[in-house]
Amino acid sequence: MLGYYLELAWRSLKRTPILTALMVLAIGLGIGASMTMITVLHVMTADPIPGRSAELFYPQLDPRPMEHYTKGEDPPDELTWIDAMNLLHAKKGVHQAAMVGGYLTVVPSEGATHAFIAGGRYTTADFFAMFDVPFVAGSGWTTGDDDKRAHVAVISRKLADRLYGTSGAVGKVLRLGKYDFRVVGVIDNWNPAPHFYDLGVGDYATQEQVFVPIETAMQLKQPIMTSMNCWGDIPTGDMTKAECTWMQFWVQLDTPAQVRAYRQFLIHYSKEQKQLGRFQRPPNTHLRDVMQWLAYNQVVPGSVQLEAMLALGFLLVCLVNTVALLLVKFLRRGGGLAVRRAMGASKRSVFAQLLVEAALTGLAGGLVGLLLALFGLWVVRQQPAAYAGLAHLDGAMLGVTFVLAVCATLLAALFPAWRACRLMPARLLKTQ
Amino acid sequence: MHPVVAALKHHKTTVALVALEIALTCAIVTNALFLIGDRLALMHMTTGVADNQLVWARASGLDLGQDSGAASPAEAAADMAALRAIPGVESVAMTNSLPLAGSYWSMGIWRHPGDKHSVLDNAVEYVGTRGMVKTLGINLSEGRDFLPDEYVDYSIFGGKAKVPPSVAIVTRALANQLWPGQDPLGKTFYLGDHGKYAIHVVGVTEHLLNPSINPNQGIERGLILPVKSVQGGMYVLRMRPDMRKAVKEAIPKILIGLDPSRIVPDDQIYTDTISEYFHGDRAMIWLLLVVIGCLLAVTALGVVGLSSFWVQQRTRQIGIRRALGATRADIMRYFLAENFLIVGIGVVVGLLAAVALNLWLMDHYELHRMPLVWLLPGAAVLLILGQLAVLAPALRASHVPPVVATRSV
Repeated sequence: MLGYYLELAWRSLKRTPILTALMVLAIGLGIGASMTMITVLHVMTADPIPGRSAELFYPQLDPRPMEHYTKGEDPPDELTWIDAMNLLHAKKGVHQAAMVGGYLTVVPSEGATHAFIAGGRYTTADFFAMFDVPFVAGSGWTTGDDDKRAHVAVISRKLADRLYGTSGAVGKVLRLGKYDFRVVGVIDNWNPAPHFYDLGVGDYATQEQVFVPIETAMQLKQPIMTSMNCWGDIPTGDMTKAECTWMQFWVQLDTPAQVRAYRQFLIHYSKEQKQLGRFQRPPNTHLRDVMQWLAYNQVVPGSVQLEAMLALGFLLVCLVNTVALLLVKFLRRGGGLAVRRAMGASKRSVFAQLLVEAALTGLAGGLVGLLLALFGLWVVRQQPAAYAGLAHLDGAMLGVTFVLAVCATLLAALFPAWRACRLMPARLLKTQ
Repeated sequence: MHPVVAALKHHKTTVALVALEIALTCAIVTNALFLIGDRLALMHMTTGVADNQLVWARASGLDLGQDSGAASPAEAAADMAALRAIPGVESVAMTNSLPLAGSYWSMGIWRHPGDKHSVLDNAVEYVGTRGMVKTLGINLSEGRDFLPDEYVDYSIFGGKAKVPPSVAIVTRALANQLWPGQDPLGKTFYLGDHGKYAIHVVGVTEHLLNPSINPNQGIERGLILPVKSVQGGMYVLRMRPDMRKAVKEAIPKILIGLDPSRIVPDDQIYTDTISEYFHGDRAMIWLLLVVIGCLLAVTALGVVGLSSFWVQQRTRQIGIRRALGATRADIMRYFLAENFLIVGIGVVVGLLAAVALNLWLMDHYELHRMPLVWLLPGAAVLLILGQLAVLAPALRASHVPPVVATRSV
């Protein structure tokens, strides 16, 4: 039966090529625009660290003075040095790491005239294990290295290739400014998007080239790059004593019980610090996992959401248009349908035949839409926005394109097909 | 008009569909046009500086073991002297930022020292060396430029030089927020911890855009302070517009020639900085234009399709009217009127939907309320589009010969 319906549909489409082309184009435009924007939204809201995102948490504390205090206000996004170090040394989580972004002067073996600036991250030993950072060679440093303020570094594969060529980089000397560091590990291309562990340096920032222990970096007064929030006097020099929040902190908690315990710990810690006179405000703590943290920071720009909605609105108009055109088409064929009904075809089979025709149109529309979406994504990739390079159509989205196209068209065809098979065969045949 | 309305009653579904499509298109197009207008207005805001005559550069010291990565005041002075010697350069100054250059420094201002309730947060601080006002081309509507002895050692990043200068130039927007309805010239505000440093307003500029337009600092909220040097600042060079390219190319060589242990990571013709700042907005405008175009095209094609169907369906009736004495123009007018009625209903519904959509968008995104005049272009575009779309089918209808009435199809 399906073969027969397909043949009928094909003939019908061929009979009205312009109307068919119009419908295919309208569906294609709608699908193409929506799929482009849905794909962009999809890559932007993707889980940056799949499988682990529910176990990684970002604690927030409020160390600010009572000045400008309003109840229910969000605590700052970053932590002070003292709080970050206290949380780190409390070791209440499975893993925990304090960190901050920075930049370092890399001096290659060719000499100072070839020096360049590389993006860096100053962090603590657990960073690599906690975030499942893939290593090409070597490994991260140890907690002992943190405490000793050892001159050790983990570098990206890109930097290793640039500095040491193909030979093993582990064990080599890395000169950063006037200090020598020992390379202990080389990490593979690892570039979580969004850059969840530090959104301050850019929601879709690219991978850091050099990782060094944070205590070492602070001792050597390496420049930091972070969003800073200060109260009282403006800091001078030593950031570890400044009344500023400027550090990120992540903790891994595997079970709900651990999460509950950590929340309690944060409140307890805040009370303790208030008793000590460091904190002034009542405990104001938060503990969010990766996806909650991204949502809280509104990582997806409003303009992208707006564009996605615009595209969906466009698809809606295209579908209303398809409903109207299909209605015209089916009603125009009233005579032919009446003949089929008079020859004994049931309402159901006429209905099915019309839907097959609509599905075929939808499939063609999907194909056009796919081409348009590929073009649209190519245009997006040409934009200088940081997330632009991520905009690719994957297998799943490819499937979604066709399912969306066919379903949308079928939905649009339901009403016209129902109207068309409700026509009275006898009356139509009489007027012929 | 009556027969037109009566005839439409027989096509309730199709009429409703067309009206719905028009309404949706109208709601989306109106809001999209408003968004475009909003962005265009933003992009054409006066920066308050001489856009076409500026080139800027930032030098960054490599940390190779010397005492400090940043240039010392003496080195900065030497840099500026060398930059001033580039052919075509009229003047050079150092500032911390420029309008729309991105990086900014903002802080709270005290109207009364020690009174926490008198603090105005998020004032944007511009600091500049001697000749900054002239070099940037900032126009003062009141008061005067800084005097040579008013430039002091002051760093916005604190350190030893944390006492700010005693004079400032403020933007009109900031002055209006600090002292609404009063003449700001000669007024005093306070900076620093508990507002311990008094600063007198010596000049007012009508416009100086913020380095970044955002919800906290708004569009303009700046003040200018005179300083001797700016740590990590940018060199701003002024010249004739046609000299900009040559000067920009010369800058890195000159700066690195003076001190090889540094790089010049950023140097730009200022108009490119502005254009980069608005790149996202431009992309958005293009996207909106493409979507508006596609929407109107799809809607027009829908109208063409349905009108053709109606003309075909009513061929006999048209023939009868013609046989009874209706002229071609009458038939034509009939279809145009019918279309005007349907599109009109769609547009009215669409305008209501447009206002609702705008209110919803205001709730969820940082958008302004749409002034009602913005409804006019959307309505006009759709009514004209409807008439154009129906033109071909209506023409075809008017060419139906009266003899059709006597034929049975």
